[in-house]
Amino acid sequence: MFDSLSGRFDAIFTRMRGRGRLSDADIDEIAREIRLALLEADVNVRVVKDFISRIKERATGAEVAKSLTPAQQVIKIVHEELVATLGSTTVKLTMNPKPPTVVMLSGLQGSGKTTAAAKLARLLKSQGLQPLLVAADLQRPAAVEQLRVLGKRIDVPVFYAKEGSPQNAVDVALSAFDEAARLGRNVMIVDTAGRLQIDEALMDELVAVRDIVKPTNSLLVVDAMTGQEAVNIAVAFDQAIGLDGVILTKIDGDARGGAALSVKAVVGKPIIYVGTGETLEDFEPFHPDRMASRILGMGDVLSLIEKAEAAFSAEDAQAAEEKMRSGQFTLDDFLDQMQQVRKMGPIGNIMKMLPGVPKELKGAEVDESQLGRVEAIIRSMTAQERRDPSVINGSRRSRIAKGSGTSTQEVNALLKQFKTVQQMMKSMSQGKKPRLPIPGMPIR
Amino acid sequence: MSNLLPVLIVALVIALVAAVAVIGYRIALARRSQSTLLAPALLPNLAEEQVEDADGGLDSKSVIEDVLEEATKAEATRPDPLRLRDRLGRTRAAFAGALAGVSGRSSMDDDAWESLEEALISADVGVSTATRLVEAVRASAKTAKIKDGSEVEGLLRREIALLLSPADRTLQMAVSGPTVWMFVGVNGVGKTTTIAKLATREGAAGRHVVLAAADTFRAAAAEQLGIWAERSGATLVRGDEGADPGSVVFNAMASANSRGADLVLVDTAGRLHTKVNLMEELKKLRRIVDKTPDALTEVILVLDATTGQNGLTQAREFAAAVEVTGVALTKLDGTAKGGIVLAIQSELGIPVKIVGVGEGPEDLIPFDPEEFAAALFGE
Ligand SMILES: Nc1nc2c(ncn2[C@@H]2O[C@H](COP(=O)(O)OP(=O)(O)OP(=O)(O)O)[C@@H](O)[C@H]2O)c(=O)[nH]1
Ligand SMILES: Nc1nc2c(ncn2[C@@H]2O[C@H](COP(=O)(O)OP(=O)(O)OP(=O)(O)O)[C@@H](O)[C@H]2O)c(=O)[nH]1
Ligand SMILES: [Mg+2]
Ligand SMILES: [Mg+2]
Repeated sequence: MFDSLSGRFDAIFTRMRGRGRLSDADIDEIAREIRLALLEADVNVRVVKDFISRIKERATGAEVAKSLTPAQQVIKIVHEELVATLGSTTVKLTMNPKPPTVVMLSGLQGSGKTTAAAKLARLLKSQGLQPLLVAADLQRPAAVEQLRVLGKRIDVPVFYAKEGSPQNAVDVALSAFDEAARLGRNVMIVDTAGRLQIDEALMDELVAVRDIVKPTNSLLVVDAMTGQEAVNIAVAFDQAIGLDGVILTKIDGDARGGAALSVKAVVGKPIIYVGTGETLEDFEPFHPDRMASRILGMGDVLSLIEKAEAAFSAEDAQAAEEKMRSGQFTLDDFLDQMQQVRKMGPIGNIMKMLPGVPKELKGAEVDESQLGRVEAIIRSMTAQERRDPSVINGSRRSRIAKGSGTSTQEVNALLKQFKTVQQMMKSMSQGKKPRLPIPGMPIR
Repeated sequence: MSNLLPVLIVALVIALVAAVAVIGYRIALARRSQSTLLAPALLPNLAEEQVEDADGGLDSKSVIEDVLEEATKAEATRPDPLRLRDRLGRTRAAFAGALAGVSGRSSMDDDAWESLEEALISADVGVSTATRLVEAVRASAKTAKIKDGSEVEGLLRREIALLLSPADRTLQMAVSGPTVWMFVGVNGVGKTTTIAKLATREGAAGRHVVLAAADTFRAAAAEQLGIWAERSGATLVRGDEGADPGSVVFNAMASANSRGADLVLVDTAGRLHTKVNLMEELKKLRRIVDKTPDALTEVILVLDATTGQNGLTQAREFAAAVEVTGVALTKLDGTAKGGIVLAIQSELGIPVKIVGVGEGPEDLIPFDPEEFAAALFGE
């Protein structure tokens, strides 16, 4: 996945090494690879076409020709253009100076509207606002119940059509304002039924609801796994009700999320939030640069770099290099390393950003408590054992396992893996190309 | 694999910490020597290095590789589906739609071939399948001296239909005792609704159907299934929210046995195939069903027709975890074409068995390769 674009580029550029500048044929070839990468990421064909012509223009320009590292230069251009298209800044919701602020969510069936409504309510509540959830989906079985359960979870009131009152979205929307006023709520989040953009009756209903609630923010909820259809969806909803922004859901999977680019390119409205999981905390502002890297198949490389820059000092790095070179890298040093890595944030999140980590492992739930287990094992060793793990025999192993509350299998795994790491570090500092002990390739 | 998990995680943590530290060091050092750091310039090397075969004493395999290898070995082989009669075949609603693409052309130039390929890509067929199909058609058009656009499209449609057939698209019943069909897939694709439709259909056919609400995670999932059980006259077996889905499945099977029911439909929680724990949970559910030999005849992957290229990965991962027997392609009543099922059938051999065309209980139709192929070009 990570290797997709940069790997392909490398092949092209290796072949043309020695020749000074890019020929038109080279650029065509590069353009083909970019096209392929974007299509595989589900960016719409028509959007890809536009995009490629812009890249071609820039790639023919002086900045690439003069560069010593044309491969990187082209990737940089592609990345920049992607970020520019996705929106170069993080956008916030518009607040109505005359409350309530109304957020209306719409989208296809199952895209994640109801979940997003609750997530947004939770977020706004944590920012000191007083949201009211409005259950305007009267189509799907148990949709109201779903929103009520979620509302209870985050302690946010939910307005819904009680038994005996009219059971339609328009009436619910209408009465919601009174409820907001009665409860002193300053934000209304309206959850609507999922609908296909070609379903005229339901689209008309949506227009009617919009006319009543007059959303300050009309947000389209789009599943990150959506394919080519994303453009049609976005255009149709925008034409019917007018969109102010987009929420991209389910980006916790491994879809490359080209739909984000398609939607942004055709309707020009910013992506404001992303859904990163099923629980209500899994909701974040949208970062165009991360999304660009993801679409290119570069993982979250850029934010990983940011984090690493903050956590490691050049001095530490120098000192560690020394130890690795001399082969004196011990389990104590490893403990130090672990502290530094922890500064970068939850290890599970970092893992997701690491390029080359196989997807079997990406999904593994690695949390801080597991870091704690590793730490406990090392701390249960004597100073001598930490310096020279080869003295650890069977009885020491079971002592360590007992002392750390783990199993001997785990102790074994740690020792074996540490040995691999030691060798890797040593050969790397001797100038050899290392292979990281994370198998970044198919299992052989 | 579950007992191997702690070991895997210990190894993983160490590898991660080391990898992150090494990257961190490099970044810290690089920052000293140059002011701006172009991310991809640094990291692609890392990926490349990993692929490179290590010499210098690095041939000892890491624990992670060991564990993964073992897990792969443990994977069982797909059982042959039973051969029973097709009970499908009610509505045969056509996948209507005017032909777009090249049908109006009297000759095919490069642009025409390209637009044919683009039509396929627009239908989420994927670049590699699209290219392969178009090349095959181009070759046979050349030998047969076919130039006319609509004839070419006919060739392509046949090629697609060929790729999709033959396949057994019947939903199988167990030889004796209650049959179990399990429904799996990522979030929001239409698992619960597809079950509702099948419960309606099978109920109407005189079968006693039990619905197992094994999605105990999502808010109001059991209520949703409960409403459908009521509407379709099926029996609902559920647990409380947060209950063990395994016990729901177990109870549903016990209940089906004691009532002499014909069919148990197991609704599972939506889960992304990348979540190891959740996929483990799914395997466990299957093991519980498998305790009654030969009861489980179908594991249906529910796939949303709007899904893009990730659909293939979904199919691959769910198949690896629970031996998927067929696909239910939902939401084909929209304008999305669901072209990814071509790759799913040709690469993984998993056929589409049923198609969802709406939110109502009757909106279920059998899959017809010819109609599907024709609809791929519909506007
Ligand atoms: N993994 C993951 N799942 C999500 C996310 N957002 C929503 N979901 C899940 O997706 C499924 C559908 O979400 P809903 O919120 O019910 O979707 P909806 O758009 O309201 O659906 P309809 O009302 O039927 O149109 C549920 O299983 C959610 O838990 C996300 O960001 N990540
Ligand atoms: N138009 C259309 N909508 C469908 C179809 N199948 C399901 N839906 C709708 O899609 C949404 C999600 O369907 P569910 O059956 O709840 O999906 P699920 O896979 O069970 O979702 P989770 O359990 O949350 O993962 C609902 O609004 C359904 O009404 C279909 O064939 N066509
Ligand atoms: Mg909803
Ligand atoms: Mg469901």
